[in-house]
Amino acid sequence: MTEANWEQRSASVARTRAIGQRLGAAARPGDILLLIGELGAGKTALTQGLARGLDIGEVVNSPTFTLLKEHRSGRVPLYHFDLYRIERASELIDLGFGEYFGGDGVAVVEWADRVANEIFGSDWLQATITTPNNHGRIIHWRAQGQRAEEWLTATREPL
Amino acid sequence: MLILGIESSCDETGVALVRDGHEVISNALASQAEVHARFGGVVPEVAARQQLMAFIPVLEVALAQAGVDWNGIDAVAATYGPGLAGPLLVGLTAAKSIAFARGLTFLGVNHLEAHLYANWLHRQGEPHHAPHFPVLSLLVSGAHSELIVIREHGRYALLGQTRDDAAGEAFDKVARMLGLSYPGGPSIQRSAATWPIDQPLPVKVPRAWLRGTNDFSFSGVKTYIANLLRNPDHPPIAAIAAAFQEAIVDVLATKTVAAAKAIGAAEVVLAGGVAANVALRERLESDLRRLHISLRAPRIEWCTDNAAMIAGAAYYHLRRGESSDLSLDVLPSLALPLAQA
Repeated sequence: MTEANWEQRSASVARTRAIGQRLGAAARPGDILLLIGELGAGKTALTQGLARGLDIGEVVNSPTFTLLKEHRSGRVPLYHFDLYRIERASELIDLGFGEYFGGDGVAVVEWADRVANEIFGSDWLQATITTPNNHGRIIHWRAQGQRAEEWLTATREPL
Repeated sequence: MLILGIESSCDETGVALVRDGHEVISNALASQAEVHARFGGVVPEVAARQQLMAFIPVLEVALAQAGVDWNGIDAVAATYGPGLAGPLLVGLTAAKSIAFARGLTFLGVNHLEAHLYANWLHRQGEPHHAPHFPVLSLLVSGAHSELIVIREHGRYALLGQTRDDAAGEAFDKVARMLGLSYPGGPSIQRSAATWPIDQPLPVKVPRAWLRGTNDFSFSGVKTYIANLLRNPDHPPIAAIAAAFQEAIVDVLATKTVAAAKAIGAAEVVLAGGVAANVALRERLESDLRRLHISLRAPRIEWCTDNAAMIAGAAYYHLRRGESSDLSLDVLPSLALPLAQA
């Protein structure tokens, strides 16, 4: 099993969106992106950029209350999850959410650290967004599995 | 026409009976105490499987409350989107099965459109005053922040929506940051009220106006307050709560009033849980009064997800002779048509 780590800075919401857009442009059906970060870190902004990279035209807003929003207007369906309100992994399983992972669409999971990573299978990309000070963000990337590593590599800007 | 309505788009299972699109005969929700009692416990909040278990007891409560049997029902309607596929499937399949078994007309209802029709509802014995078109609806809850115009029955359009967080979600998340209880709307309102009215606020929360659009953005407010709290010498919690509430209300009211003016609204109606916010109601009432536009809000049990609004909305389609085929499937990403510029 392969695993890769990488770190990058984002100075603004616009920059976080642009990083997301590169991810979206390189995304394939079955890809899973796990997002971790406190309130206001930029998880939804990253997802909005990713949606743009998938050519999704409509507004992509927070699915906190609905737990999941599906977007099907792009080249690949986007399943946008938010586990903020989830207390236990069993709730996720009860909702039949397993069907959305590794299938015909790209799954993005905000607050993924509220459940154990095993639920997402063995191949996923994880972004942990931290706020070292009031301005700017650091995104810590962790690719678990071969496809996630390819996805991350395709996303990295040329040196 | 007596319509059986079913709502199961998220974590509420609701069944209601509504006559002619306005008179609520019964309105049962899985979270109601009598339903809990049938289970011998609390109905778990989030689960499609649980919704499956909740459906029959909720249906029985709705029929018993109404005191009608199947022969009195003319049509069955259920939400088919937007929402979560699993829970939607439970309600929609139940509705189709009932329609098929009883030989009743069946109709799939758009959940967002149904929220508008909560403003047509009234209790049995209370007078019925239908809103005057064109109606502008501000739908604000944990899941929604939308401005919708309804020009006549069946002709509605989305004018604007949140680009990130819903207003109710911002209340909940900021309440958590401030150490206030859930749900955030009432707790922030309570905390804000403790700030002395004659004392200026030591903090101003920035507004995202998104000028030239009817859209909202509440994510920046949340980030601003998170940053504010990182400073150990931050202003008192009550002051932050008051400044936050003021910012949200200011944006919601200003944009709603501007949209009402632009479309020539005869009436503005509220929907969603945030409609219960007193500061929002007072601000809108006073701003709209100057324009001679009236404001109304449904009873709180019809503001949040419920089945009465589904049965209500269905009536205006059915009376035009519309119905859905039994092959209708759930549409989790169902949207409202966008307003023509």
